[in-house]
Amino acid sequence: MSKSVIKENMPYYLESWCNLNYFFFLLVIFSIIFGAFEGNLPEVSRAALEESSHAVILSLELLGMLCFWGGLMEAAKRSGLTEKICFALLPVLGTIFPRLRKEKAALGAISMNITANMLGLGNAATPLGIAAMKELKSISARGCTASKEMVCFVVMNTASLQILPTTVAILRMEAGANRPLDILPAVWIVSLCSLFIGICVAKFSYRGGAQK
Amino acid sequence: MSTDIIVPAIIAFVSGYCIYKKTDFFGAFLDGAKDGLYSAASVLPALCLLMTAVGMIRASGALDALASAISPLLDKTVFPIKVLPLALLRPFSGSGALAYYKELCGELSPDSYPARVASVLMGGSETTFYTIAVYYGAVGIKKTKNTVLAALCADFAAAVLSAATVYFIFGTSK
Repeated sequence: MSKSVIKENMPYYLESWCNLNYFFFLLVIFSIIFGAFEGNLPEVSRAALEESSHAVILSLELLGMLCFWGGLMEAAKRSGLTEKICFALLPVLGTIFPRLRKEKAALGAISMNITANMLGLGNAATPLGIAAMKELKSISARGCTASKEMVCFVVMNTASLQILPTTVAILRMEAGANRPLDILPAVWIVSLCSLFIGICVAKFSYRGGAQK
Repeated sequence: MSTDIIVPAIIAFVSGYCIYKKTDFFGAFLDGAKDGLYSAASVLPALCLLMTAVGMIRASGALDALASAISPLLDKTVFPIKVLPLALLRPFSGSGALAYYKELCGELSPDSYPARVASVLMGGSETTFYTIAVYYGAVGIKKTKNTVLAALCADFAAAVLSAATVYFIFGTSK
């Protein structure tokens, strides 16, 4: 079967997976089945009741950072700093997002997010990433469907871009590792390769770019 | 750690750059922070839904069942069985993965083969479903297309590669 045929006839169940409606349903059904099998139904039920309050706590924690980094980024944008950072990352980003070459605002937001990720500022990277998603939505999204650029960008963020994995290094140090950072080359190889694979899959298995 | 200087330095640099460029830093900050307020509010509904689903699947023991189903296959590979639960947990729960990783480092020496693989995996991957929920939730995207597929491919690659690279760089010395 040629590649284009696979693309055209992506099975229905795979398409369903991509829709959060089905995804939620699948997770719930699986957790009920396994919960019953493994005798974990009380835990499942407790999780169903409690996790939403964890979501509230998490979004409250995010609230302050979203405001702060959103504010800082707006200031960076108005002073022209974003454009400068963007300029440095443009060759790389232009290859990953060819359709965004002229969209300064979106590229700026994406490069800020990636810079924060590389420096390991996960908490700062999230608000910057949300800002980038808003820019991407205003350019290319159709209703509630993700555009190719959005998929690529989210997948980049689900892979690690961090240059110095500080949390792991600190934990290794505490556990008494000889040289806590001797894993760095391996971490970089793994990050880069998995990022590359994620972007490739995101780009080449995205279908239905023009419809709706 | 010397990395502690990064965040304060960035804040100082941005505000300093605004003064240098004669931009109204305070006004710009307030406008941006106001947008952040709306973002936080729009993330919450999606997080409620997805964190519940992810919490349920974690509590159900489905990941453990999957781990014990896969582990016989791993005997023939260099992938350490002790790292398998971590690899399965990693996309779903950042704090859960961290807790498991801590335990593993305490139980085995941090310089042992499984602990090294676990370290590389922790350093080279992210909490996939959290990211997807937050980013798409914030802008109201429901049809995520091939995001889950691509992100899980990347996670799978990260798991396989972390064992492979540690094996080639350090060997399986215990």
